[in-house]
Amino acid sequence: MGSSDTRNDPTARDVRRAFAPWADPGARPLLRFDGVSKRFSGLAAVEGVSLDIFAGEFFALLGPSGCGKTTLLRLLAGFETLDEGRILLDGEDIAAVPPYRRPVNMMFQSYALFPHLTVEGNVAFGLKQEGLPKNEIAARVAEMLALVKLDGLGKRKPHQLSGGQRQRVALARSLAKRPRILLLDEPLAALDKKLRGETQFELMNLQEKLGLTFIIVTHDQQEAMIVADRIGLMDHGRLIQVATPPEIYEQPNSRWVADFIGEVNLIEGRVVETGAGGSIVASAAAGRLRASASAEAKTGDTVWVALRPEKVRITREPPAAATDNCVAGQVRNIGYLGDLSIYQVRLDNGFVIKAALANMTRLIERPIGWDDQVWLSWTPEAAVVLTR
Amino acid sequence: MADGAVQATGPRRARLVVLIPYVWLVAFFLVPFLIVLKISLSQTAIAQPPYVPVFDPAADWEGLKQFLAALSFENYAFIGSDWLYLASYLKSLEVAAVSTALLLVVGFPLAYGMARAPRRWQPALFMLIVLPFWTSFLIRIYAWVNILQRDGLLNQLLLALRIVDEPPAWLSTDTAVYIGIVYSYLPFMVLPIYATLERMDESLIEAAADLGCPRWKAFWLVTLPLSLPGVMAGALLCFIPIVGEFVIPDLLGSSQTMMIGQTLWTEFFANKDWPVASAVAAVLLCLLVVPTVIYQQVQTRNLERGR
Repeated sequence: MGSSDTRNDPTARDVRRAFAPWADPGARPLLRFDGVSKRFSGLAAVEGVSLDIFAGEFFALLGPSGCGKTTLLRLLAGFETLDEGRILLDGEDIAAVPPYRRPVNMMFQSYALFPHLTVEGNVAFGLKQEGLPKNEIAARVAEMLALVKLDGLGKRKPHQLSGGQRQRVALARSLAKRPRILLLDEPLAALDKKLRGETQFELMNLQEKLGLTFIIVTHDQQEAMIVADRIGLMDHGRLIQVATPPEIYEQPNSRWVADFIGEVNLIEGRVVETGAGGSIVASAAAGRLRASASAEAKTGDTVWVALRPEKVRITREPPAAATDNCVAGQVRNIGYLGDLSIYQVRLDNGFVIKAALANMTRLIERPIGWDDQVWLSWTPEAAVVLTR
Repeated sequence: MADGAVQATGPRRARLVVLIPYVWLVAFFLVPFLIVLKISLSQTAIAQPPYVPVFDPAADWEGLKQFLAALSFENYAFIGSDWLYLASYLKSLEVAAVSTALLLVVGFPLAYGMARAPRRWQPALFMLIVLPFWTSFLIRIYAWVNILQRDGLLNQLLLALRIVDEPPAWLSTDTAVYIGIVYSYLPFMVLPIYATLERMDESLIEAAADLGCPRWKAFWLVTLPLSLPGVMAGALLCFIPIVGEFVIPDLLGSSQTMMIGQTLWTEFFANKDWPVASAVAAVLLCLLVVPTVIYQQVQTRNLERGR
């Protein structure tokens, strides 16, 4: 629905592509976390988080379980109180505002549908608290149910619905009050994989259509990459990196980020040369490596060269212009994923490098097999130097 | 293991397993009730057993006819005509209704407090509620006799605190009966309510707050409606046995107004009138069938809802 609109309307597409208020120093954030900390019985759940989120953004808080992402969301919703810092909505501190007056709504991981109310009763719940007239509530409920494609199920009770339908009721209920920010706490975790994939795109379309600000909490990196304009990666209560999905994948700021998002080869070495044109790193595992430029690495520093498996070329013959970034080894293992195959190649010194190859031909015609001698090569731009 | 046996030997064995409770109910509930019903249709007599006719399983067809002809509804007519019995029934229903209301007022906050208490305290609180069961019911009621008598603990306390100058009479009053009943039946009210509140998803309250409800309103719109099955269960678990309660009104109450349990006891043991006592019991059972059916329906509905 939304995607076809975008395709037919070139201006909308451009707007979407150009949407990057975080890059504009003059832009005013809708929401600002300012040095936010929260401890539970002495243990830091959220530690000094500062973050700006802009109107119309789809922001994902991503991290392993227990990293503090849900706590950050609950602080914003008002279910937890801050220990330190401020949360500013439209420049106003919302510390004193109780949860039932905050202009944000949450979609709960458990959905938290009221079991004694019908679907309509659930969606209307928040509107009734506002004291809206009856016909207006009825109209808004119908609109919301149509939005999530649940028309006709309004009279059912939650226990008469499937998991996917319940998820939609929860979504409709949290959207009914037209919140300034919609908070989604692991909204798709309970759905099966196929439905999750479809719902991810529906969430994006919905967000685009309504022009709302969404903050989603997820532990699923793929989900975050698909839906979000920007991702905030969290670990042990701290915000590790905030960037767009391509940035976070291609320019991780640390080994932890590179390792958390997707597959990566990390090769330890020492900087020999560094400049605007690129860096040269001497490694014990793979010899002299040419990598892209790094602002942080200085000559002599111990660094790690991060290399994504799909950027490694794997061939049976040595590449023609082989100088640096080229190593020989033997295929030890092949992980077949259908669309891709992951080759684990052991170098002569025992170091293992992973290389991914798209299975563009059918399996029977696979050019490289187990125990084959192969050459691995990559461009300097594919390799990123990490100092942490 | 039981499952395995059922699977191995098929549905016939499964039906046998189901049969056991039915046999139990027939042998220990239906047959005794039929005996009571039969006695209620008999006439009192100075004999052993103290009523006629006596059913003789060895009698022939003619004997059976005579036996049936001798049965009558006289005792029921008698119960209906004497104000004493009607007053007893009404008193019992009144005491049961008022006690159930009092139990709700005391029990709901207790159950709510327990369910909201930190997880690690809950087993201890649960134990505190169940603990009185470890002492004999009779002994606990006698303890109340001690507490409530003229120079008992309660009056000593009231005098010491100078709340009263003259020690009021507690024993042999309705107040004493209510105190005894609320004390004895409290666990039956608290536990079902606690059970429904305890398994209630905490995020429902947060969701209500998120959607604009202050705490008191969330309680009213979410917690209370969701606890209703527990409230119903607790109320019926208390109401039904309180109607037939004998020990508490006998030991703590006055002899002026008797509850139906006391009337029954008097008929049976003091007057040795088994037929009238049986008729009183049969009518009481019919009265209690109504709330029991309601209770069953509530339970079935909850089961269907899968909660």
